[in-house]
Amino acid sequence: MKHRSLTGASALALAAALAAAPASAENVLRWTSQGDALTMDPHAQNEGPTISMNGQIYESLVTRDYNLALQPELATSWEGDLEGWTFTLRQGVKFHDGSDFTAEDVAFSFRRAQSGASDYKEQIKSIKDIEIIDDHTVRFVTDGPNPILPNEITSLFIMDSGWAKANNVEMPQDYAAKEETFAVRNANGTGPYRLASRAPDELTVMERNGEWWGWSEFPGNIDKIEYRPIKNAATRVAALLSGEVDFVLDPPLQDLPRIESTEGLGVSTVAQMRSIFFGMDLGSPELRSSDVKGKNPFADPKVRLAVNHALDKEAIKRVVMEGLSFPTGMITPPGVRGNTPENDAPYEFNVEAAKALLAEAGYPDGFSVTLDCPNDRYVNDEKICQAAVGMLARIGIKANLEAVSKSQHFPKIQNRQTDFYLLGWGVPTLDSHYVFAYLIDGEGSWNATGYSNPRVNEITDLIATEMDEEKRDALVAEAWDIVKAEAPYAPVHHQVIAWGISDGFEIPIGADDSFRPRFVVKK
Amino acid sequence: MLAFILRRLAQSVLVMAVVSVISFSLFNFVGDPVNNMVGQDATRERRAEIRLELGLDDPILVQYARFVGNILSGDFGISYRIKQPVDDLILERLPATLELVFVSAIIALVFGISLGVYTGIRRDSWISRLVLSSSLIGVSLPTFIIGIGLIYLFAVHLRWLPSSGRGGVVDLGFWKTSLLTVDGWRSIILPAITLSLFQLTLILRLVRAEMLEVMRTDYIKFARARGLSERSINFVHALRNTLVPVVTIIGLNIGGLIAFSVITETVFQWPGTGLMFIQAVDFVDVPIMAAYLVFVALLFVVINLIVDILYFVIDPRIRMGGS
Repeated sequence: MKHRSLTGASALALAAALAAAPASAENVLRWTSQGDALTMDPHAQNEGPTISMNGQIYESLVTRDYNLALQPELATSWEGDLEGWTFTLRQGVKFHDGSDFTAEDVAFSFRRAQSGASDYKEQIKSIKDIEIIDDHTVRFVTDGPNPILPNEITSLFIMDSGWAKANNVEMPQDYAAKEETFAVRNANGTGPYRLASRAPDELTVMERNGEWWGWSEFPGNIDKIEYRPIKNAATRVAALLSGEVDFVLDPPLQDLPRIESTEGLGVSTVAQMRSIFFGMDLGSPELRSSDVKGKNPFADPKVRLAVNHALDKEAIKRVVMEGLSFPTGMITPPGVRGNTPENDAPYEFNVEAAKALLAEAGYPDGFSVTLDCPNDRYVNDEKICQAAVGMLARIGIKANLEAVSKSQHFPKIQNRQTDFYLLGWGVPTLDSHYVFAYLIDGEGSWNATGYSNPRVNEITDLIATEMDEEKRDALVAEAWDIVKAEAPYAPVHHQVIAWGISDGFEIPIGADDSFRPRFVVKK
Repeated sequence: MLAFILRRLAQSVLVMAVVSVISFSLFNFVGDPVNNMVGQDATRERRAEIRLELGLDDPILVQYARFVGNILSGDFGISYRIKQPVDDLILERLPATLELVFVSAIIALVFGISLGVYTGIRRDSWISRLVLSSSLIGVSLPTFIIGIGLIYLFAVHLRWLPSSGRGGVVDLGFWKTSLLTVDGWRSIILPAITLSLFQLTLILRLVRAEMLEVMRTDYIKFARARGLSERSINFVHALRNTLVPVVTIIGLNIGGLIAFSVITETVFQWPGTGLMFIQAVDFVDVPIMAAYLVFVALLFVVINLIVDILYFVIDPRIRMGGS
């Protein structure tokens, strides 16, 4: 070990000597993950790694810390009422190019995010009008009351209106565009780091923005961040083991023991804001892939409960997930408003009860159905499905596994062309409304179950505008109780995030898998 | 001669057309790009809008005709994934692939020919046996395993070489090279070895077999009888006569090296066209996939054309049959 760290040090010294003489006291953090940001345009792509990368350069009005608590960023305070929200902006903030940050930039950025090819239209669709009260006060007039607007804008980054105009990027790039826009590879934010260089899929370098308003409030002491995406998981782990990177965001589960046992490296874990579950098509008159004709077995709640009781969530955790998952009875994790310990408790694993329920429903010998599963989206997704196939076979349900890439799997769900499927759902707003609106409401765009309960649909609408927290929480609880009893979904677990980190750094792990360098300390 | 070349050219164009139609129709089975292009909360309407904008719902023949029309007017489209023009992307990443292929071809040639000659002449020595049995590794182990094995040995365990990436890149303006710096060479060694192993084994075995054959011929016996030195017999008389089939194979395999650098580049995060293609497949980035496949097809067609013309020049029998 000693010998290794010595060669590592001498290699570093050599590399330093070869490079163009960097300042000796500079704190550099080198890190990697699977996928690079898709673009530096902050409104073009609503996607995890892109948001995480842009969040180092750009800032939003309200942000989240690594515990996912709401924190002021470019706004210092905010106040909601029945017609909208008023934000007081931080004073004395400058963009990386030196221009001042004002209410005009906020209005510009929100309008940009509502326009053309923006991928953020849905998140801020409640904003009807944007009023500039003065240089440091902005008011968003909403379409009726919106209790969770601050939750919805934590990744809505603010651009400089002057810079956007000067570089002709007043709109996000259109898909039918013939040319790349300036904002794809260039950035000008107010954040703690400025973009020094960018070669997509190769190397992105960020440098500390010494002018940033927050350095007195945050512990971070990194001067330079070098990001090298490495697509192949084994190579990624090798880069950490060999000391070429200090931090791997997404090491595969099976490599964690190896990282842990290597001197100078450690693993941090945290429960992720993403739940994994099976959906059952209960709405169609007949399943497409079943040997039961003329009726739909999943239409009977007893069958859906039987599926839930047949799944051994603890075994999946132990065997498939290497112990890193939280078995659950809900499709949304703790930390999301509306998750309660009672509903989060998994449906009991009980083969006999499951068989009895199936028999009661009129399927004593079970039935066959195709199980659609992605194989490149969630942690060990295909293995979870394989395990479930075996468990369902024990109660007579013959599930035929069809594991395909996410690009083929997700269209089946969106077009409601699947009988039985695996899906994972993350909740950026940390509020149950986001789950109901997409997965449980009868019209939800990701609800392929065909489940549509009038009372739950009504509650979904009510909580969108209910400003009284107590009343709202009661409505949310009522809806979750109905869902738990009617079981359109069979929840499996909440995912766990694991980061591989060099002992030389303190990197607090975020439950949204986002890297926040303002908290990163080189020891 | 002209008629022969024209006929070959016409055939090449036909091959290109067929390859591009087949590869293009395969895109239907890769999946839906739109889901990767928008966030999970995008509405159905928004998704439909993008499909319409990109013409994804048009019949495959219409899409193909549009694709060919655009290419003929020099427009390869914009990558769905990283939003940059496809022709720029390919040109930007081609140097990395070509340098990798160049270095691995050199490794394969130098070691393949010299070891082939050695094992052909000293076929009973224990070194020959060792070389031959270990060369089996080159053909039987998948590139992926070889690459990961080399990374763990030389980068993680010994820490002599970097595990991935392309270091020490110097921008010459028209070409980004990593062959001018120590760092660049350090980073190209492992991927180049990985990529070369299969070709090296092939050349080694081919040269060895040819050598064994040639050594039995009368003119070698005659050369021996004349009292020529072993060295002169082995390298001037024997080796030269083994090279004709070897050159043919090498010519064809250069195209193969470029096309099959896909896996090596993925394992080593080598920023070339192969890695770009794999990422495009993951994302269903149709403009990149289409352009890359056409590019590779063109490469093979051009190489085959050159080889055909060379045969024509070398072998009088083809010339006579062709006229």
